[in-house]
Amino acid sequence: MSVRYLSCGDTAFTVEFGNEISPAINGQVMALHAVIADARKAGKLAGPLAGIVETVPTMRSLMVTYDPLSTTRAELQPEIEALVAKGLKASGKTRQVTIPCCYDGEEFAPDLKDVAKATKKTPDQVIEAHLKSAFKVYVLGFMPGLAYIAGLDPTLYLPRRSQPRVRLPRSTVAIAMDMTTIYPFESPGGWHLIGRTPLMMFDQRQPQPVFLAPGDSVTFQRIDRKTFDRMAHDAERGTLDWSKMVKA
Amino acid sequence: MTAALKVVRPGLFDTVQDFGRIGFMALGMPTAGAMDRIALSLANALVGNPLDTACIEIGVMGPDLLVEADSVRIALVGPLSPSLIDGPDAAPKPLESDRSHLLKRGQILKVGMIDGSSTAYLAIAGGLDLPVFMGSLSTYSRAGVGGFDGRKLAADDVLALKRDAAPAGDERKLGSPFDYGKGPVRIIWGPQEEYFSAKGRKTFVESEYTVSKEADRMGIRLDGPVIEHEKGADIISDGIGPGAIQVPGAGLPIVLLGDRQTVGGYSKIATVASVDLPRFGRLLPGQTVRFQPITVAEAETLRREQEQRLKNAIAGFQTARPPGGIDLAKLYEVNLIDGVVF
Repeated sequence: MSVRYLSCGDTAFTVEFGNEISPAINGQVMALHAVIADARKAGKLAGPLAGIVETVPTMRSLMVTYDPLSTTRAELQPEIEALVAKGLKASGKTRQVTIPCCYDGEEFAPDLKDVAKATKKTPDQVIEAHLKSAFKVYVLGFMPGLAYIAGLDPTLYLPRRSQPRVRLPRSTVAIAMDMTTIYPFESPGGWHLIGRTPLMMFDQRQPQPVFLAPGDSVTFQRIDRKTFDRMAHDAERGTLDWSKMVKA
Repeated sequence: MTAALKVVRPGLFDTVQDFGRIGFMALGMPTAGAMDRIALSLANALVGNPLDTACIEIGVMGPDLLVEADSVRIALVGPLSPSLIDGPDAAPKPLESDRSHLLKRGQILKVGMIDGSSTAYLAIAGGLDLPVFMGSLSTYSRAGVGGFDGRKLAADDVLALKRDAAPAGDERKLGSPFDYGKGPVRIIWGPQEEYFSAKGRKTFVESEYTVSKEADRMGIRLDGPVIEHEKGADIISDGIGPGAIQVPGAGLPIVLLGDRQTVGGYSKIATVASVDLPRFGRLLPGQTVRFQPITVAEAETLRREQEQRLKNAIAGFQTARPPGGIDLAKLYEVNLIDGVVF
């Protein structure tokens, strides 16, 4: 795998591990992201590496931003190259996140029937396939807290809707291509809507306002409407207990 | 009673900004932050604040603010038409930019219109007493976070201040206007320059582009000759650094600034050098710009030189009172408050 270093001005560069979407390439991205984050936590970002401001993982690359007043590209890039050359192993310390989801009714799952028709399944089989998918968060972006979660059961692969919706509700669970996502805000969207979670993907009252992080392992858990209403009520008040849903 | 500035009349787009929300791009959180960090730094230095203290960033037209504190020291930095200070029992008098001023309870600061730039900054000694969100006070209005209630200022907003009264001391002023540089805006090729044909790259650096009306804190869309792609406009999304110049399928460049999204799927031909980002953040619709490629190392050197010039400008602040003379402006203010007329 040949790694490329792309200039993003004099305050950032992108470490590109490949030009395709694959778990192996994303694994390298997440490993470099984690190596730098761990070194920062341990206070071991020394020398030119101390000039790193933050790192931004995507499906196939890691953008490294730096302070040109405390380091230079010429000093920093070789240090990153050395980290990559040492061999990047994913730390294996992924969080296990369980997301409760209600798949019931036209209001929460307006596209469930269409998805069933397009994939030659019953609505319940679509839900089952979503529940048994082993998901992983590849990247967050486009809006704070919006996660692209890959690993959808291949029998559910569909292109985006030909007609995107102008408005869809917060916390809607949707699928498209090989991914699922959860909209953190009311927003436009072109994916297929198959459920809703009572959780808020972005809640500025929480100590960690963004619920998901790159690298998280994600599974969905089916809940009924009554449970949804109870949990959504608690989430609105900011009193929902997250500890059962996230295992470090 | 807590000290505050009350918005009597809002401007067009006033938001609280500091150097930005750093360290959360991996969670999809844009950095936001001041469009012009030089002016923000100078405004803070004039009132004795740390340079990264949150200020009010003024877009196009400033607000009217009522002083609800015993006294407050402020500084406006940016090319403003005359601002006014309006007292309860005196005629309004002009208030100069690029220096600090002491205002008293009941006075109204009427910030002027911006002339020749898109932003100016109002610094307040001691700073604003607002909740810190993810390490910053910067407003990111698209998600409704940071600053004052996550949005631009509106009538009757009460901005709490950290200090009840301004500390004693002379007023300070900028020695001479800061030199933002002239000529083409310096850029660095990449990250996806290879997605453009040689002809497209030549068009980009040899043409004049005009700032369109679609210019805000997220980015500036430019009008001008179409830039030809070779490998197409779409990439697998990757990170977007400050000043990234993305070129969607229509071939017109968009320069991405503070409120830009963290990742994106359009090819980026080049990136504005950090030394020229404050200058770029000041551009107004209708103004023209040309681009000149430089190397990363050159850009880093230019940035360091600019930081040194900023330090020099701050070290070179003058006392607003002329040496050996009296500060007429201050005397006038005192009279205004005391109601004593000699």
